[in-house]
Amino acid sequence: MSRLSIITQNSDQKTVEELYKDLERRITASQPGLCPVDLAASFLHICHSQSCGKCTPCRVGLGRLEDLIQQVLDGSAQESTVDLIEQTAESIFLTADCAIGQEAARMVLKDVRGFRDDYLEHIRHGRCKGLQNQPVPCVFQCPAGVDIPGYISLIHEKRYADAVRLIRKDNPFPAVCGLICEHPCEVRCRRTMVDDAINIRGLKRFATEHEGKPKPFARAEATGKRIAVIGGGPSGLSAAFYLSLMGHDVTVFEQRKRLGGMLRYGIPAYRLPREVLDSEIAFLRQTGFTVQTGVSVGKDKAIADLRGEYDALYISIGAHTDRKIGIEGEDAKGVVSAVELLRAIGDDEMPDYTGLDVVVIGGGNVAMDVARSAVRLGAKSVKIAYRRRRKDMTALPEEVEGAIADGCEVMEMMAPVRIETTPDGRVAAMILQPQLAGLIKGGRPTPVPAHLPEVRVPCDKVLVAIGQGIDSRKFGEYGIPIVRGKIEAFDWSGVSGSEGIFAGGDCVTGPATVIRAIAAGKVAAANIDAYLGYNHEITSDVTLPRIRFDDHEPRGRINMKERPAAERKHDFRLMECGMTEEEALAESSRCLHCDHFGYGIFKGGRIAKW
Amino acid sequence: MVTVTIDNKTVTVPESTTILDAARAAGIRIPTLCYWKDLNEIGACRVCVVEVEGYDRLFTACNNKVDEGMVIHTNSAKALDGRRTNVQLILSEHNTSCTTCVRSGNCRLQDIAGDLNILDNPYPLHLPKPKAPSDFPLIRDNQKCIKCMRCVQVCEKVQKTGIWDVINTGAQTSVDVTGVYSLEDSDCALCGQCITHCPVGALRERDDTAEVLRAIHDPDITTVVQIAPSVRAGWGEPFGLGPETATVKRLGAALRTIGVDYVFDTDFSADLTIVEEASELLERLKHRDTEKFPMFTSCCPGWVRYCKGHFPQFVDQISTSKSPQQMFGAMIKSYFAEKIGKDPKKICSISIMPCLAKKAECALPTMQDAEGNRDVDYVLTTREVSRLIRMCHIVPGDLPEEEMDAPLGIGSGAGNIFGASGGVMEAALRTAYVKVTGERPDPDHTFLALRGMKGWKEAEFNLAGTKLKVAVASGLGNAHDLLTALEKGDVHYDFVEIMACPGGCVGGGGQPIRDGAEMAPLRAPTLYRQDEAMKLRFSHENPAVLACYRDYLGEPLSERAEELLHTDQHGWKMPGEA
Repeated sequence: MSRLSIITQNSDQKTVEELYKDLERRITASQPGLCPVDLAASFLHICHSQSCGKCTPCRVGLGRLEDLIQQVLDGSAQESTVDLIEQTAESIFLTADCAIGQEAARMVLKDVRGFRDDYLEHIRHGRCKGLQNQPVPCVFQCPAGVDIPGYISLIHEKRYADAVRLIRKDNPFPAVCGLICEHPCEVRCRRTMVDDAINIRGLKRFATEHEGKPKPFARAEATGKRIAVIGGGPSGLSAAFYLSLMGHDVTVFEQRKRLGGMLRYGIPAYRLPREVLDSEIAFLRQTGFTVQTGVSVGKDKAIADLRGEYDALYISIGAHTDRKIGIEGEDAKGVVSAVELLRAIGDDEMPDYTGLDVVVIGGGNVAMDVARSAVRLGAKSVKIAYRRRRKDMTALPEEVEGAIADGCEVMEMMAPVRIETTPDGRVAAMILQPQLAGLIKGGRPTPVPAHLPEVRVPCDKVLVAIGQGIDSRKFGEYGIPIVRGKIEAFDWSGVSGSEGIFAGGDCVTGPATVIRAIAAGKVAAANIDAYLGYNHEITSDVTLPRIRFDDHEPRGRINMKERPAAERKHDFRLMECGMTEEEALAESSRCLHCDHFGYGIFKGGRIAKW
Repeated sequence: MVTVTIDNKTVTVPESTTILDAARAAGIRIPTLCYWKDLNEIGACRVCVVEVEGYDRLFTACNNKVDEGMVIHTNSAKALDGRRTNVQLILSEHNTSCTTCVRSGNCRLQDIAGDLNILDNPYPLHLPKPKAPSDFPLIRDNQKCIKCMRCVQVCEKVQKTGIWDVINTGAQTSVDVTGVYSLEDSDCALCGQCITHCPVGALRERDDTAEVLRAIHDPDITTVVQIAPSVRAGWGEPFGLGPETATVKRLGAALRTIGVDYVFDTDFSADLTIVEEASELLERLKHRDTEKFPMFTSCCPGWVRYCKGHFPQFVDQISTSKSPQQMFGAMIKSYFAEKIGKDPKKICSISIMPCLAKKAECALPTMQDAEGNRDVDYVLTTREVSRLIRMCHIVPGDLPEEEMDAPLGIGSGAGNIFGASGGVMEAALRTAYVKVTGERPDPDHTFLALRGMKGWKEAEFNLAGTKLKVAVASGLGNAHDLLTALEKGDVHYDFVEIMACPGGCVGGGGQPIRDGAEMAPLRAPTLYRQDEAMKLRFSHENPAVLACYRDYLGEPLSERAEELLHTDQHGWKMPGEA
């Protein structure tokens, strides 16, 4: 017998590994509204099966916890059972020898403490507080509620114009979203249970690139009602589009030279080409709303006057002011905010960074945007300094990877301390303090200064991308409630105490995503219409094809490719390559049609109008 | 058109045809369980699964459409195995004590299990804890529920009441009332449509036959039965008798055989209702400026419950006239008791109704005297009366017809059509027309716009220069739409008839159950045919009604009529009513 042998994975282990992956994907794709008590029982069962069986709390305790939770589920528990569950879990947590028992108990504690009311509801009335009311994961996750299975089925039939027309029922920016949406729709895609989420954004982009000239939407009879939309970004334009379709007379007031808001002044053209944005806006404008650019409401036009002249107002001013870091040297020449840089690029006023060393502060998508823009402006080097770990960045992982591929360097665990300046007040260097990943709070480790010396990074430009603020002061003075700079609005977009005034988008939520801004515009349009005494319905005239049968054989998700870094980093032209038709047809065939198969055919499936 | 092959038969059907319908067109009947055409096409039970060539998975026939060239096998080994396994799985969570089940012999699950030759079940039985028994007229047995979701669908889509919903997820998934924890605390109108759409015995009415038999067998008690108009359109179905044989007179004979002392016809009090309600309407029309319109009919207690629970703002506009059942009850315990010289407390008044809401209505505090003696003591549904007949081993088809008892046994054709949607309105207008114009309208043609199965009908009539705009809605979903339109000011009417059940009482929740079929369209014509064949066509001409007024009530809307025949719709409250 040999003293040592090389351990290789046998087929049993391989199967188990696959099952682990299956389970992981399955949990990722969990639909909302599931019973937390039932889930706790199931998770606990998995945990228990992981027990090696050596120690009492884990081997026996987890089993007894399962019994107790099962009693809650089958209606045989007393109210005191909840306390017993908590006390038992606490005891297992404290006495378990290793993490297998300890962490299982922690999960139970989290569940029983977080959902105590649900446990009691089960005990008292045999039912769950949760409601399974939205069974189509992608539609539910999309803030605008776009009919995703519907348009994917149209794409599969090569009916691209119909597909985009169906999208426009809920989202008037399909081309924009096809390029830059954060695609929350993909997060819980049920296809994940089979193999991987559908590439929904990619399919949307493909459809918009192949729709041809879009057919205008029919406008309802003119109502004579006048609505002012303040801010021509995605939220304001969405509201303007739907309100115009409803027959209202809409005027959009935009303080900048051109429409688009953050789509133009926040997102660089290599992600969203200007011609795509311009043609999308031109289509929306066919509904006939009026636009006044270069008018700043509150400054050039009093809010009170506007309220007097119009039947309703929609405030969608976005979040366009920059935030300061609050460090020494921040006022030096060469310190530029992300907002400032991206705004200039938006107006085609390209600064020249040729040969410059640039440091970017921040870890969000905007930080990546300015870093990658700096590369394209000719910078010699671009370093992204971030005080946490790279994996803690709020930017999408693909954005971070893209920036690195473009040649940016990520300096993780580095907090900005001060900006060193030259005698004539220009940026000389960025001083950074190395950090140590500390305790996890809110899902991310808190950075604490490490016992390491400061790091000096010589540079010519410091680009600050640590978030944006909202220029809401004038609205506050008018009497609109403002909380920490944000306009306070209800979930139906009405503003408390200001009849006829509605607000939505970034100025209400703080800097968020395009699709959330669009959704806010849609919600506002519906409620402004109702406020004005109407019930115009937005519907689609697109009929859907027969639901296809499919065996759900696991197959690969089709991802989009990007232009080679060496090529793309020299220009602002679109970086991402779209799908081919072959790819789009293959990808669209992967959709499971949760609107037809599953709960969707019973309740909450297709929403044909709003 | 698309051509498909099903079990080696080729059939050409329009596009968008389901596999189920295409198979039917080819003469092949695929078994279904949860399916109900146009109502519940959700593929929940997975019994109608079939094999489609080219695919490994099985697909449900009820809600998937055929495609050109499709080759389908409904009885392949795979399809049959899948179907049988699913039925066995359903049976593993179903209390199969069929011998004591009200639906034994008329149960979709029983039929399918039998058809599939399921002689054993490899799966252990898992039954949920039963709920505490209750004496509410509508009873749900969660050990029998197979989660087909039909009740949820009919309650939400057809009736728009949304009382039933799915609760919980996973293994705990069940059906229960939403918002509150018990049916008693809900705004349930007691239309009973969930019962007539239930494939199994999970939903049923409270069975009152034992109490009725006790009264019949008590020598001190005089039992008096009234039979609702719509009962004669359906009671024979469980016995395989058509309406020509299953007449009200033959049902009367059966009831007398069981031991009932007097058998009356609710057609009589329907006529009485018309005289009172038409008088009330004409009275209200005299004060168009002060009265709120429309006036609503009050004969359907399901509608009254619904209005109080869901649209309380309209309760004042409901006619104060009692329903025909309760008018009859009041007359039995007063006028009739006097006539036969019997202490009303020694009279047991029983009504045979197509309805569950009437079980609740007769127990209302406004429908009894100060000592708690009810005007109507027991309500039996059409189904219960058929069970009573079976219990007493009576073969109704063998019985000769017997005349109804006097003096409350006479009814007009107008009273007879009360059982169909539009019938109350038509009966009222026949009388109102005579009262206003002095002329008799042609009962066969004048009011045809009010007949038929349309859920929301409207018409305008000219009564000697007075324009009367009326509407008729049946099914609470249609009532919801009509009331919402009234509220918004989109429509205006003078008089509106509402019945809770689609098609009216002929489609009542207490009527015999035929799985998968809406019976109202088949039953309603019976009532109109009978009306047409009757000599007496106008409620106010009913000699028994006239005698009542002459001998006892005085004028319509007289003090005594108000006391006996009218009610305060605010005299009791629905659970959520302020």
